[in-house]
Amino acid sequence: MSIRAMMTALRFFCGTALQRVVLASLLLGFAATDAALAQASSPTLDTMRKRGILNCGVNTGLAGFAAPDARGRWTGIDADFCRAVAAAVFGDGDKVRFVPLNAKERFTALQSGEVDMLSRNTTWTMSRDTSLGLNFAGVLFYDGQAFMVRKSQKLKSVDELAGSSICVQTGTTNELNLADYFETRGLTYKPVVFERLIEVLAAYQSNRCDAFTTDSSQLVAERTRLADPENHEILTDLISKEPLGPLVRQGDAVWSNVVRWTLFLLINAEELGITQENVGEMRTSPNPEIRRIFGSGSTFGRALGLKDDWAVSVIETVGNYGETFERNLGQSSPLKIERGRNALWTKGGLMYAPPIR
Amino acid sequence: MRTPDLKRWREPSTWKEAAYDPSVRATVFQVLLALAIALLAYEIVSNTVENLRKQNIASGFGFLSETAGFDISQTPIPYTSKSTYGAAFLVGLTNTLIVAFIGIVLATVLGFTIGIARLSPNWLVAKLALSYVELVRNMPLLLQLLVWYVAVLRTLPSPQEALALPGGGFLDVRGLHLPRFTLDSGGAVLAAVLVLTVIGAWWLKRQARIDREAGRSAPTRTSRVGWALVIAAPIVALGIAFAASSVTYPVLGRFNHEGGFSIEPEFLALVIGLSTYTAAFIAEIVRAGLQGVPRGQREAAAALGLSRRQALRLVILPQSLRIIIPPLTNQYLNLTKNSSLAVAIGYPDLVSVFSGTVLNQTGQAVEVILITMAVYLAISLATAAFMNWFNMRTSWAER
Repeated sequence: MSIRAMMTALRFFCGTALQRVVLASLLLGFAATDAALAQASSPTLDTMRKRGILNCGVNTGLAGFAAPDARGRWTGIDADFCRAVAAAVFGDGDKVRFVPLNAKERFTALQSGEVDMLSRNTTWTMSRDTSLGLNFAGVLFYDGQAFMVRKSQKLKSVDELAGSSICVQTGTTNELNLADYFETRGLTYKPVVFERLIEVLAAYQSNRCDAFTTDSSQLVAERTRLADPENHEILTDLISKEPLGPLVRQGDAVWSNVVRWTLFLLINAEELGITQENVGEMRTSPNPEIRRIFGSGSTFGRALGLKDDWAVSVIETVGNYGETFERNLGQSSPLKIERGRNALWTKGGLMYAPPIR
Repeated sequence: MRTPDLKRWREPSTWKEAAYDPSVRATVFQVLLALAIALLAYEIVSNTVENLRKQNIASGFGFLSETAGFDISQTPIPYTSKSTYGAAFLVGLTNTLIVAFIGIVLATVLGFTIGIARLSPNWLVAKLALSYVELVRNMPLLLQLLVWYVAVLRTLPSPQEALALPGGGFLDVRGLHLPRFTLDSGGAVLAAVLVLTVIGAWWLKRQARIDREAGRSAPTRTSRVGWALVIAAPIVALGIAFAASSVTYPVLGRFNHEGGFSIEPEFLALVIGLSTYTAAFIAEIVRAGLQGVPRGQREAAAALGLSRRQALRLVILPQSLRIIIPPLTNQYLNLTKNSSLAVAIGYPDLVSVFSGTVLNQTGQAVEVILITMAVYLAISLATAAFMNWFNMRTSWAER
């Protein structure tokens, strides 16, 4: 019961002025302890520690991002990021309960506390960052919206899709970008909208629509699931920028920091050449930047509300950003997506993390 | 137990007396209960508001006038991506009402037909109707919708190889494409003829009642001619209007059939699924209603020399309606509420558009769900009110 509601309810019952004064002072005391507690700790971290596991909202099944493999283990860059955060908090990357969510359910699940964080290829937009009561922790993957079409249509650009039926998932930024793109160019199209990506793909496969639009990385993944991938192509035009990243609820700055700095740690580790393999030897590295990260004499972990060796656990569990990318999306995965914009800033990409110091 | 002596009851004069007085006690407990409920409601509302505020989640109904920014596949009322969330809500609501209305009409026609067929003396017809009821009634509706949508409509050919229908229509995986009629000048004539027809029919019915009350049951020559006119006139007028109107036939464009009147496959699947499913239940209600009419009524009708058809139409059916209508109302309400399964096959109904897309884009779950619940409640209450009125009309005056 909130303090304000208590106050009003009590005022409702207690008539005299004296009673009111006594009650108000009592409630003030309550409020003071409440505020002090909120500053010192993170309610999300506390609940998680009590529970002993991280509830992480992921996609219902998107190859390369989050999808259960043949043995039922969740794989993908989003799933690995959940493991990285679990490693940071518990020192054990397996303490994750993956909660598959479709596009429509994801924000409500996070708002209501069903999950502690979302790592579900979600585009960072202003309205989501502000009016939903959520906070983005950073960008895990720079994406853009593209179109998949049948090769037999011999299309060169998106504009040639005027008058066509286009399949899209509901509740996504893709749905909005699509409307904007055709509206600004004065072109018409027929939207065919479904709630789950698998339904969108099935509709496209059965020729219910001429094109299938979503983020380009998803299209690459979805194309491999078609019965005849060789008859389909992805148009090179991108109609939007889609920075995908993990997000948490607003109002828990400590927890928000944990997720954000876990992401920055992955990127910094790649920049410094720390890998899953060499993390052991790196602990004794003379490089002060690396020594700071691994906590010999540093209190960065404690400042996050974690143990000082949090960074070691994270890198031991998933490796650095580059390793995670290659394993799930890059050349050692079936998707073979180029690093491109997702390369480090030192290699011409956009991946840039503030220093750990 | 001593029965309370009502004559000796008087106002309780002391507190103790009042505490043992049943009517005072009842009042006190009722007031306490009302207070508890009010407090609970207040607590729920204030807690929700407070939590939303604390989590910084936008609240209020202002979002309804913000630009929606997404498109909808079926828009019976004008709507573009530049319209507001409020307009998107109305589109979803209209789509729900269209499906519910068409579904109810089809389910009623099909249900009455099958229900009557269940009691047919023809063995084959009766058993066919029985199999239909048992097959359709006992499988989940969601499954049936998916069968209609995925297994039937999805397997239709591509637009390039569309099935040509007689009269210039096409059927393909993108839906049913029919010629579009635009009633230019014929529209006014048609409307006038239809109005005259309705007036004529009403007058003929009145005459028939007067005749019946006067003991003349055989149709007169005037009434025969009158009814023939009432039936023929609108058909002729319709024919003339269509002949005079401009027709746009669907033509295969670069991707789709364009220019005609297109019905989306999602809509077809939903209407077919809902009406065939509900028809099975209505059939059972109709059968029960017909069998609920006392046997003597049927025998009396036969004794009067009425044929089977006449007996059904004039004696049995009117009486069975009293039994049929209340459970029929339930089926209508079920159908309306079941239409929210549309979301599974991508038909843009209220749940799909409003508590799906709009909820997701605005994140205002509490408001959106409240509005959606209020709308379904309003639709259901309105349907129930209409059916209650209809029930009152059909019930016997002396009951």
